[in-house]
Amino acid sequence: MFDYKWLHVATVSLCLVVGSGVSARETVEVVGSSTVYPFSTVVAERYGRSSGKPTPKIESTGSGGGMKLFCSGVGTNYPDITNSSRRMKQSEFAQCQRNGVEEIIEVQVGFDGIVLANSINVSVMNLSRKDIFLALAARVPGIRDGELIENPYTTWQQVNPSLPDDPIEVLGPPPTSGTRDAFVELAMEGGCKKIPWLAAMKNSDKQAFKAICHTVREDGLYIEAGENDNLIVQKLQANPRALGIFGFSFLDQNADTVHGASIESVGPDFESIADKSYPISRPLYFYVKKAHVGVVPGIQDFINEFTSEKAWGEEGYLADKGMIPLPITRRKVTAKNIRALVSMTGDEPLK
Amino acid sequence: MSNSSKNLKKIQDSLVWRYRAEKAFRWCGIIAVTLGLLAVLALFLDIIFKGKGAFSATYMQLEVTYDQQLLDIDNFADQKQLIVADWGALYKSALRAEFSDVRKRADKRKLYALVSNGAGYDLRERLLANPSLLGQSESVWLLADDDIDTYFKGWLDGDPYTARLVDNQVKWLQQLIDTQRMELRFNANFFNRGDSREPEQAGIRGAMIGSVLTLVLTLVLSFPIGIAAAIYLEEFAPKNRWTEFIEVNINNLAAVPSIIFGLLGLAIFINFFHVPRSIPVIGGLVLAVMTLPTIIITSRAAITSVPPSIREAALGMGASRNQMVLHHVLPLALPGMLTGAIIGMARALGETAPLLMIGMVAFIADIPGGFTDPATVLPVQIFLWADSPERAFIEKTSAAIMVLLSFLILMNISAVWLRKRLERRW
Repeated sequence: MFDYKWLHVATVSLCLVVGSGVSARETVEVVGSSTVYPFSTVVAERYGRSSGKPTPKIESTGSGGGMKLFCSGVGTNYPDITNSSRRMKQSEFAQCQRNGVEEIIEVQVGFDGIVLANSINVSVMNLSRKDIFLALAARVPGIRDGELIENPYTTWQQVNPSLPDDPIEVLGPPPTSGTRDAFVELAMEGGCKKIPWLAAMKNSDKQAFKAICHTVREDGLYIEAGENDNLIVQKLQANPRALGIFGFSFLDQNADTVHGASIESVGPDFESIADKSYPISRPLYFYVKKAHVGVVPGIQDFINEFTSEKAWGEEGYLADKGMIPLPITRRKVTAKNIRALVSMTGDEPLK
Repeated sequence: MSNSSKNLKKIQDSLVWRYRAEKAFRWCGIIAVTLGLLAVLALFLDIIFKGKGAFSATYMQLEVTYDQQLLDIDNFADQKQLIVADWGALYKSALRAEFSDVRKRADKRKLYALVSNGAGYDLRERLLANPSLLGQSESVWLLADDDIDTYFKGWLDGDPYTARLVDNQVKWLQQLIDTQRMELRFNANFFNRGDSREPEQAGIRGAMIGSVLTLVLTLVLSFPIGIAAAIYLEEFAPKNRWTEFIEVNINNLAAVPSIIFGLLGLAIFINFFHVPRSIPVIGGLVLAVMTLPTIIITSRAAITSVPPSIREAALGMGASRNQMVLHHVLPLALPGMLTGAIIGMARALGETAPLLMIGMVAFIADIPGGFTDPATVLPVQIFLWADSPERAFIEKTSAAIMVLLSFLILMNISAVWLRKRLERRW
């Protein structure tokens, strides 16, 4: 009867499932940051097409999620490489060590700028990090030193008299996003440190300092607009009074509809992010499991491709995609270390 | 008599009101349906308007010379030579020959950016298909870069997008346009290729095959198990607390958010059974678990709708319970079960959330060749493209939505058709 035949098919497919679990892997597996994802995928594709070997598989899990998967263990069930839009944390390094992932190769590939942009129909904003902090923090300093009040500012002019008299309305990523982490750390903390008594607090009470500087206001003036940067760009077109926070590559692609605010009078462009005069930029990394090199075919070739001049150089194809390259001297040193598979010693100043 | 005429009058008076109420109710219904249809129409029009561009791609005609020296090839059998050869050099030299006044390095880079970097591989395929071309030159239509594609489509509509181009590039393009060596052609890449980070080379095929493989496995796993469970619960199981408990749980499971099934798949199939991530097998397993409750519930409803007289007649003729179910009840309930299964599959086809956890939301450029190759599925492809910075992906996203919608419509139509065709009425 047909009923039995189906049962038979189901049994066969279950066997197939169990059987496939033990087979070795031919494809390089990469996980991690959604910010590095657009660059990593380009390298994977070029590598796959030019070598004729399987194209590495890139998952966008976020930096933290990637680290967790990467540090879960050694063996073909675990990823070979993880991308990250921040440096590995001490706790993650320890986690890796505990699970037998002892030799890790750290590679910084370049930088990414974070921009505050608004519609092209209104004028370019010129903000300082202090303005950003005062406009977006949940609690801001009051009149006396050491006093904190709930953020009372509702227009940019209240924050800084030289700014326009427009209401504060900022569309940005939610707390789960790496972009948000970097924005809070670079822009808000940067502004926080401009206030003397808060800067002094960093050394005396780090926890409290972080709680003040890293907490974004939740009274509706900072709007969590989701992880999709394209969506934020579209919303800015519809709402010229709003500012949006997203990665530089999205500004680069949508130059006809949005322009980026200057931070401390430096506009976000390729050169200013590369020479670090634009203050809100973050390093991009990837980490390689040395134990997998030579076991899973193609890892070495893939990372060599990633760190070749035609990819990550000033005129490389990653720069065309919006990644900001490292200075030439650092590129040379890193490339040499990679060819020699130099792994982390554990003495790096990790956070 | 007078009493009945009074009643008649009362009824006649109320009739006006009743007719009016009926009419108003009908109109409410019509308005509701119209609003719904308008919303669907607006959605479809928006998607079609945005996505229609993806079905054509910009090509430019150039004179390409297959220079043996440039490629450094003397033996087509030698794979190594073919891999090492700089295929991109072919279109670059063609561009240099076309625009011979471009001298500066920076300008040359901008010039090379006119053509898609995949064009080199296309030329390689051309040459491999016809080795006698080596050393010859021919006029070839080359795929343009996505920025050029966006510009040219805008130019045709009278509103070119120049923000991504420099003045020189616009000048060069104008030269090609004036000599009629730029045109839109059917974008076969979109249907024949896997994912790519270059919008002009990105295709839907990888995701389509991934979806088919995943759904086949989902159906093969969930349909027999679902039907077996439904038959047992309806026809064989004693009605007691246990079966009631199971019933409540099945109904509950049908309403559980799909992400939970992804977490379940991660914990059980990946972490415990060590099924590899990102392959159709794991996707099929998770989606099968997700669709099981739907199939069980619809199958049970189909079995209950078979009239008891059929069962009694079979049993009365001396059939065993087993024979009664397999020979009589199941064939009659099958159309309803199939409809349920197809609707369950249609839901599974549109899922991304459970796949996030099991690694199927990934960049996979190669087209999967089997159940154990890394794969992604249609809705995931839409999600990934919608998230990409490149502007040309906007039209790809909408086009992929069209493909997904046509699959869904096809499945739902086949569900209706199957029901109409196989259904029996009593």
